[in-house]
Amino acid sequence: MKEEQKMSKPILATTSLAGCFGCHMSILDIDERILQLIELVEFNKSPINDIKTFTKAVDIGIIEGGCCNSENVEILKYFRKNCKILISIGECAIMGGLPALRNGIPIEECIHEAYIGGPTVQLNKNHILPNDDELPMLLDRVYPCHEIVKIDYFLPGCPPQADLIWNALVALITGDPMKLPYEVIKFD
Amino acid sequence: MSNLVKFKIDGTECMAEKGSYIVDAALENGIYIPTLCNMPGVKPKGACRVCSVRINGRLMTSCTTPVSDGMEIESNSADILDLRKAIIELMFVSGNHFCPSCEKSGNCELQALGYRYKMMVPRFLYDFPVRKVDASSPKIIKDQNRCIQCKRCIKTIKDEQGRSLFAFHKRGHDLEVILDQDLGKKITEELADLAMKNCPVGSIIKKEKGFEQAIGRRMYDHQPIGIEDK
Amino acid sequence: MENTITNIIEKYNNDPLRLMDILIDIQENFGFIGNDAVKEIALALNMSEVDVEQTITFYHFLSTEPRGKYAIYLNNSVVSIMYGQKTIKATFEKEVGISFGQVTADGSIGLFDTACIGMNDQEPAAIINNHVFTKLTPYRVREIVKSMRQGKDMDELINESYGDGKNHLPSLKSMVSSNIRRKGMVLSDNYVYGSVTKLMLPNLSPEAVIQEIKTSHIRGRGGAGFPTGLKWEFCRRAKGDNHFVICNADEGEPGTFKDRVILTEKPELVFEGMVLAGYAIGSDEGILYLRYEYRYMKEYLEDVISTMLKNNLLGSNIAGIDGFNFDIRIQFGAGAYVCGEESALLESLEGKRGEPRDKPPFPVEKGYLNQPTIINNVETFATAVRIVENGGEWFTQFGTEDSTGTKILSISGDCLFPGVYEVNWGFNVNDMLDMVGAYDVQAVQVGGPSGTLIGPDEFHRTLGYSDLSTGGSMIIFGMQRNLLQDVVLNFMEFFIDESCGSCSTCRNMPHVLKNKLEKIINGKGVKGDLADLKEWSKVLNASRCGLGQTAANPIISSLKNFRHLYENLLQRDKEFDQGFDLITSVQRSCKYVKRVPKFHPIE
Repeated sequence: MKEEQKMSKPILATTSLAGCFGCHMSILDIDERILQLIELVEFNKSPINDIKTFTKAVDIGIIEGGCCNSENVEILKYFRKNCKILISIGECAIMGGLPALRNGIPIEECIHEAYIGGPTVQLNKNHILPNDDELPMLLDRVYPCHEIVKIDYFLPGCPPQADLIWNALVALITGDPMKLPYEVIKFD
Repeated sequence: MSNLVKFKIDGTECMAEKGSYIVDAALENGIYIPTLCNMPGVKPKGACRVCSVRINGRLMTSCTTPVSDGMEIESNSADILDLRKAIIELMFVSGNHFCPSCEKSGNCELQALGYRYKMMVPRFLYDFPVRKVDASSPKIIKDQNRCIQCKRCIKTIKDEQGRSLFAFHKRGHDLEVILDQDLGKKITEELADLAMKNCPVGSIIKKEKGFEQAIGRRMYDHQPIGIEDK
Repeated sequence: MENTITNIIEKYNNDPLRLMDILIDIQENFGFIGNDAVKEIALALNMSEVDVEQTITFYHFLSTEPRGKYAIYLNNSVVSIMYGQKTIKATFEKEVGISFGQVTADGSIGLFDTACIGMNDQEPAAIINNHVFTKLTPYRVREIVKSMRQGKDMDELINESYGDGKNHLPSLKSMVSSNIRRKGMVLSDNYVYGSVTKLMLPNLSPEAVIQEIKTSHIRGRGGAGFPTGLKWEFCRRAKGDNHFVICNADEGEPGTFKDRVILTEKPELVFEGMVLAGYAIGSDEGILYLRYEYRYMKEYLEDVISTMLKNNLLGSNIAGIDGFNFDIRIQFGAGAYVCGEESALLESLEGKRGEPRDKPPFPVEKGYLNQPTIINNVETFATAVRIVENGGEWFTQFGTEDSTGTKILSISGDCLFPGVYEVNWGFNVNDMLDMVGAYDVQAVQVGGPSGTLIGPDEFHRTLGYSDLSTGGSMIIFGMQRNLLQDVVLNFMEFFIDESCGSCSTCRNMPHVLKNKLEKIINGKGVKGDLADLKEWSKVLNASRCGLGQTAANPIISSLKNFRHLYENLLQRDKEFDQGFDLITSVQRSCKYVKRVPKFHPIE
């Protein structure tokens, strides 16, 4: 990441698509360094500050989760349009993660299991399948983010270790080479 | 002394017993060449290709090629390191390797090589193949999603009559390693343990076992696979 | 039924090394190798059932499921498709009422795709119960299916005249044509079979035979081009309890069919070449490894062998040479291109999956049953006879300095006169096209899918080991052909189907490359894809055998010589596209929950 220019108070945005918010927890897991982070960057659209739409051009967009429905895809494209750099964080963004366990099962079967056939389905006596126009539409499978838009960097882990996220952000912001000790790269 | 041969790996003078395979000879000289399908004491098969090195301009697997006197081996050049990384990435995208939910995570050799080669994301797209899980044996589960077709179980897991419990099935892109339905039902406790141990990934899992060690205490949590490069 | 399986296993002495024969016999007798058969073989051979199945499931023509009373294998190689295979396939499906890969509910007819069956000069062609049907048309397909419905015998299904040359012999009765269009020393009719063995061999030492072969500088005709004389010499020197001579007739490279023609018209020459080799290396056993697609020649070739036995050209004390004994048996493959690779062939000969071995050791040191073994192509053995007859020196006047002698080419595709042509090495491609009546040529595939695809600006190049090397397959594509869609993609699918799967690289990479190629063909490609194809292909160099190492050649050579075809398909306004399409990807779920897809792009 050393080739990136040093940024002046960069603007950061984050989102969680088909993820569990575990990666966001890991962002918060940088402990007291969060105070430093606030000094280093300005947060824009993010669940952390609850800003819902981009209010200015963003330098770094952090994506948690892959894409399992049309809304995920639209938000991801929205991020790509508004962020100079996009980072996929966590296994779900990188390879679909646990939601992608459904990728070997036809989508029809998944929906049937969830709303009609599954053992926990108790109340849906009329076998109604959610089909309101306002609901996101399910994709045929779960897609890693980089199959949909260009992603610049990848931080693996489930969740990625706080140190990995911190090291990456610091490297990106300062332009210094990223520290990658053995322990920080993990796929679980 | 006449039993020793001299050879070079990336210019470093090495010595080893005549006829030993490059991968073992390298290790004796403190040089690590990664492997997945290779197992000490078992006739090598050169299936995974991860241990590829270049000799006289040709790529050879170091687990199947014996050292010879004066041999010059290229192992850690940039393009070979990238080739190995590409092969590892290819294995990740060709199966369904969901590390977060895998019993073998932390002790998995494929994952460990991913760590060692700093795989942040495979360069190839994930294939998400549809694969089966065979849980018919009372003692083990054979999960095809995680299999890398390394042949280690085929070569090492045999009954007292010498019959293989595992074998290849089909060929090419459809190749699987399957468990004999009959012998799988009769598998002994010891053989089941060995099968899980010999599987470099989480494709053979002992039933009612797994997630035995806490995160942080597993084989590759802190220590990379293999030995430190000199 | 059980008795017969028992008989078959006993016929081969419960020998695991003869597992291929056992399986082929059971497949032919019962139409499949069922669970009971697998159990019985496993028991008799002291193997696990999965161990038996791993051999069955490796080979295309062996099956654990019934394949039908009439099992139809239609060739899906590129030239077959150029000559109407898609229409033929659709007609079969319509007439039989099932899709390819299926068997009718009554078990009477099965439809299957199969890779090149060595009939490129008479496509579209199919194999039905070991009978080859060539030049199929929709009308003919309807007739064939009708006859099957009436339960007719295979002989009654054939209403064509038999092919030319020896194809009309009672032991062949084949509608295949040999289409010999140019003869040289191998295909010529002026050799008296057995004359070298009878008149010359008694006066020649084994070393002298090898010396003539070495002097001739002949190199292997299968494609790899290893010097034959050296191979024989290495093998003669190698220590072993036994030495073996193997003739590689697993002609599987799509577009090659010259071995079929040589074995049909000149089998005596091939077998005599094996005898010479046996004499030279000190072997008393030869095996012809014949691809299953040529099963229709079984009776005919066995007749030739028994005639040679009678004439003392095979058997004991051949040609009166005291102690020189040599026998030949035929071992069939069962449908696997990779078995043309010599060490995979050896594995198959030993009754196993045809997975190539690691080298070293080479077969000349440790081959069949770990004994010193030479494996040569059909054409090499046939040529060897003429070399010993006329002397190695004589041979070098033909061809070029580094590629001596003649080469038999299998030429097919968009030309007026497909067939086999024996030419001197050094022939150039332009002359070849003029020879076969090929006009408005867009490209020539030299050496089959594992070879090179060249365009007009390279037609001045010559055939030879140092320029355009070929095992004999030459496929011509006219201007009307879509090279990427019809040729390159077809070849990639071929490699994916035919990989043994043992190496992780060859098992997975061709599939990755094919996906990318399809993306480009579907108009979703971007500039970076071409660099990816080139770069990623290199991973295949780490594969064990020639199949794996060349599996990206269709892409590499078309990318090099026909780059504009790729570039024309790329999206000019996009830098990034992995092929994802939102509209397509929501169709199935929307259909299932009964809603009309409606999109809400965020502005």
